[in-house]
Amino acid sequence: MLEVLNLECVRGERRLFAGLEFRMDSGEALHVQGRNGSGKTSLLRILCGLSTPAAGEVRWRGRHIARAPVEFRESLCYLGHKNAIKEELTPLENLLVSTRLAEEAMEGEGAQEALSALAAVGLSGYEDLPCKYLSQGQKRRVALARLVHERRALWVLDEPFVALDTAAVEWLSGLIGAHLGRGGLTVLTTHQEVRIPGAAMRALQLS
Amino acid sequence: MTGPVIGAVVSRDLKLAMRRRADIVSVLFFFIIVATLFPLGIGPEPEILRRLAPGVLWIGALLATILSLPRLFADDYQDGTLEQLALSPQPLALSVLGKVIAHWLVSGLPLALLTPLLGLQFDLDPEILGVLALSVLVGTPALSGVGAIGAALTLGVRGGGVLLSLLVLPLYIPVLIFGAGAVDAASSGLGTGVYFSILGALTLAGVFFAPWAAAAALRIALE
Repeated sequence: MLEVLNLECVRGERRLFAGLEFRMDSGEALHVQGRNGSGKTSLLRILCGLSTPAAGEVRWRGRHIARAPVEFRESLCYLGHKNAIKEELTPLENLLVSTRLAEEAMEGEGAQEALSALAAVGLSGYEDLPCKYLSQGQKRRVALARLVHERRALWVLDEPFVALDTAAVEWLSGLIGAHLGRGGLTVLTTHQEVRIPGAAMRALQLS
Repeated sequence: MTGPVIGAVVSRDLKLAMRRRADIVSVLFFFIIVATLFPLGIGPEPEILRRLAPGVLWIGALLATILSLPRLFADDYQDGTLEQLALSPQPLALSVLGKVIAHWLVSGLPLALLTPLLGLQFDLDPEILGVLALSVLVGTPALSGVGAIGAALTLGVRGGGVLLSLLVLPLYIPVLIFGAGAVDAASSGLGTGVYFSILGALTLAGVFFAPWAAAAALRIALE
């Protein structure tokens, strides 16, 4: 489903990687590894279509992502270093706004589903508190609620475990495992030792 | 379906503006102070003040708009929501259009409502005050639209605020000329139709074409 062909990334004067090729089918996970500055985030941003590679291409379901951007973005959920939440808005408002922006039309039970997504990430009781009063880990959970709520096929997660406590790390691993079980794809970077239950993770070493 | 995304961005930005009211109020106070300094500096000579009023109030409105522009995309860029807008299946230009509309609602619209009040300091007739307010009302959406291009181009640039003014102020000249021109024409007893037609055309062009250019600039800024 996701194919990467002869990818090359140049940042400033430095070539981070070249000739990168891999292929992922449904139910697969890819763990991008490498030391700081080896181009993990750059690779993830190219996979999402935020950056353009110096050479090569990314294909989703056989089509170049730049040529069929709508089809690709409808199946993508990207979680970057930044949480993409508004400090002034409450977790519930943040989640509803991002879904309204991501989807074609509002679904009838939008608010109810958003509440259960927030409950799933362990934020029940905090729905109506502006995000600026939340801790780092709780803000990360608000961002993660999007994964539960939007149900996209391809998850691209940049350091998703940062700021999470051990229970939440366990929960997120389980969530990724369930996603892969449903036939979803996940590309992630992390420096932590993570075990995804019920799925084998392929490793991609950038050097 | 294009309605929902524009509506979603407008309502989100208005909600954010309401929770950060200081931003709106400081822009309006800037406008009030600039417009008040002129009568104080020039002295109580009604003839000169009446003559200067349209230009002074219009320039005040331009500067107040410029003041509010740097934050148009900066917050979304910093907290990562801009990336998510760029990754939405909807065209980015529609989200930008939503942001332009919201920007006008919290800057252009209140400026237009304030102008007749400030015009009183310049001893303008009620009829002229009406023309002045209307010209600001019709012209300011163009300022928000064109300003969005400048804000997108200077996103992430250090000291971008000054660069933004240098980029955008020259593009505001047509709006200034025809906006102030409408008021001048009204005070000389001439028809204002032509001026308003041109202002309207500038606004339509600014609001409908600028978001596409701004969206392209934002994609470059996100690279």
